[in-house]
Amino acid sequence: MFLRQVWTIMAKDLHSELRTKEAWNASIAFSVVILLLFSWAFDPSSDQVREFSGGLLWMTYTFAAALVLNRSFAREVQNDCLDALIASPVSSSALFVGKALANFALLLAVEIFSLPFFVLFYNVPWTADRCLPMLLVMALGTWALTVIGTLFSALTVNLKLRELMVPMLVYPMMIPALIAAITVTTNLLAGNPLGLGVRLLVAFDIIFTSLAVVFVDTVLVG
Amino acid sequence: MNALEIADVWKYYGDFPALREVGLNIAPGSTMALLGRNGAGKTTLLRIIAGLSRPSRGSIKIQGLDAREEATRGRIGILGHGIALYDELSAVENLRLFGRLYGLPDARKRADEMLERVGLARVRDGLAREFSRGMRQRLAVGRAFLHDPEVLLLDEPFTALDDRAIAVLQSMIKEMRDRGRTIIMSTHQLREALELASHVALLQRGQIVHTGERTQQMLDDTGWLYRTYGEN
Repeated sequence: MFLRQVWTIMAKDLHSELRTKEAWNASIAFSVVILLLFSWAFDPSSDQVREFSGGLLWMTYTFAAALVLNRSFAREVQNDCLDALIASPVSSSALFVGKALANFALLLAVEIFSLPFFVLFYNVPWTADRCLPMLLVMALGTWALTVIGTLFSALTVNLKLRELMVPMLVYPMMIPALIAAITVTTNLLAGNPLGLGVRLLVAFDIIFTSLAVVFVDTVLVG
Repeated sequence: MNALEIADVWKYYGDFPALREVGLNIAPGSTMALLGRNGAGKTTLLRIIAGLSRPSRGSIKIQGLDAREEATRGRIGILGHGIALYDELSAVENLRLFGRLYGLPDARKRADEMLERVGLARVRDGLAREFSRGMRQRLAVGRAFLHDPEVLLLDEPFTALDDRAIAVLQSMIKEMRDRGRTIIMSTHQLREALELASHVALLQRGQIVHTGERTQQMLDDTGWLYRTYGEN
């Protein structure tokens, strides 16, 4: 029952996004433009790229994610759809997990699409054996971003300044996960061992997913 | 067992008591007209019954279960101020979605039947945002009644409906009433409400000031209730 509800919510969000492409177009355009602009601004040598590659990539992903996560619950406010969802037999946790999975899929797609531009613009040395580890880091870091962002999207859904509040609340909460993701990515691109950052990301994901699932009903039903 | 039991419900927004000591028992099969001026607390009460808001104090039981339990929510149908439809989905997609959310065994078939019922079968594949206002309202009525709810909550259901939508809604409410469903309807349109209602409750400044069966006097003189029990 729970899984069916999660699937229904996730499918609905992805279907809506595929039809409108609002968040997709905005976040893709933002990511590519930011990467391009920074490549002109810095003109980095290969040593400099190795030093800040992880930070640049994750800053780009994090800011692009705001364009997706802001809309997550905001799209339900139109026509009072959120009330209809809360009043339905769908549990708040299923609603949250369904939306988080849809956001995760969308964000990961944006990141995978942007990654070749990063490699190209910054002359990042890339080998095939980096693909799977990079995907793992992206998945762990993106899930951290998704969980926090989706929860705060629910928390701020009825606020007038929600588009400002979501980034202001999400980014400080994300600091531990971001530092870990940046460090692991930088290590990966430099050809170094990944380090303990992966474990930190896994722990962060488990803890905050559990907290979000437990508290989302209190957030949604005032 | 009552269809709805509201016991000593209070609701505060900050220090302001939107609902005060509200108690109401509604028998199965009743059609309750919830009346009151703007700001009396009708929408607040309906939202709490629907599980959209928690009372600050008191309890609400629907068919013996707490309003927030999943089993309870599957038995309630709601038609509120908003149409609760996704503009980017088609009419049939909207109804299939809600059919799946309510766990209907054959959501596709039920959606098709409901589209026929509300007169939107010919535009089933049209996006909700392309519909006229009246069509959107009829689709919203279809969504609220889709899962054949045992308890219906209608918040100002006739407001801003066109004639065709009013006709569809009245016919569906009468059908539900004849089938013994419990209906709670808040409205300013006394004539429509009192014609359909078996019972009335008058809310004033967050308190129930009168509750009882609908009488012929109320039908003959729709202002009588407000003059007798309302504010001076």
